[in-house]
Amino acid sequence: MSADPSAAYRRGFLASLPFIAMIAPFGLLFGVVATGQGLSMFETMAFTVMVIAGAAQFVALQLMQEGAPVLVTILTAAAVNLRMAMYSVSITPYLGAASLWQRMAIAYCLVDQSYVVGVAEFARQPGWTLRERIAFYWGVVSPIVPVWYASTWGGAAFGKAIPKDVPLDFIVPITFLAMIAPLLLTRAQIAAAAVSVLVALVLWWMPYSTGLLVAGIAAMLTGALVEMWEERRHAAN
Amino acid sequence: MLPTDLLGDRGALWAVILGLGLVTFLLRFSFLGVIGNRPLPPFVLRLLRYTPMAVIPGLVAPATLWPAATGGETDPARLIAAMVTIAVGIATRNTLAAMGAGAVALAGLLWLL
Repeated sequence: MSADPSAAYRRGFLASLPFIAMIAPFGLLFGVVATGQGLSMFETMAFTVMVIAGAAQFVALQLMQEGAPVLVTILTAAAVNLRMAMYSVSITPYLGAASLWQRMAIAYCLVDQSYVVGVAEFARQPGWTLRERIAFYWGVVSPIVPVWYASTWGGAAFGKAIPKDVPLDFIVPITFLAMIAPLLLTRAQIAAAAVSVLVALVLWWMPYSTGLLVAGIAAMLTGALVEMWEERRHAAN
Repeated sequence: MLPTDLLGDRGALWAVILGLGLVTFLLRFSFLGVIGNRPLPPFVLRLLRYTPMAVIPGLVAPATLWPAATGGETDPARLIAAMVTIAVGIATRNTLAAMGAGAVALAGLLWLL
């Protein structure tokens, strides 16, 4: 295949279209919940544009609602985003040769969907040039990021019309449970989730939601260790 | 209705927005930008893989058992809605289906109970 960046761009664009159905509801919900919690339109949009990571944004909102201090809020929400460092690791062999400005722009747009679609396609297209890979990546990002902004704006604008008796407080927990329940596939994931819940509940008395940080570290170690044990057991059999 | 603690302290809100934005960008940029192609120890990669599953259940559990909206009293409607969300999420492996089921369960139970 000869180098054709515009074909790669179109391919990326088409590959990411199905994800709009996943991103738009989360963006809408973030707009609704943030404005419901007293954020202005400008603050809500700044949040969504600066962070572009739905789960971490919801975590930060929830912790601020509970009165956690700034540093604890940032650390805990950033812990949810540690997986982005893993995305950064795995996309570097494909895009690491791009210019500094391009890498900065690529990093800003490195979300769950652009990572998953990008790495999968780059592995399938070993003959692609750097320009084609970059074009594909921007093709993937083109629908995703604008839809994220626009849906947040829509939620923030429309959220004011929601009646006061709608239990918005519980939409965030339901959203989170819906995000993680489908991932409870392996023993390691189940063990990590169980340790996270148990330690967080046991340490709930700790000030400023710091118990959650301890729970997160304990659960991360649990997941990694269980995964290692499982691999060893399979290797031994 | 959510409490509006945030309204009291705009400085804290902006510190969270800017601080979380910066940290998140640095996590995304880390290897791509600075660390380059040097491989990470495998155990670190394993740890990173479990971060969402390590933090989110612990965040949700107290909010599910002792919701702020009911003053920390366990609320059967919210508890059952949470269990419905998990069950549908595991059964369908579909986030949107689980969200929809949880929201319908919550609305129905709050209306019934």
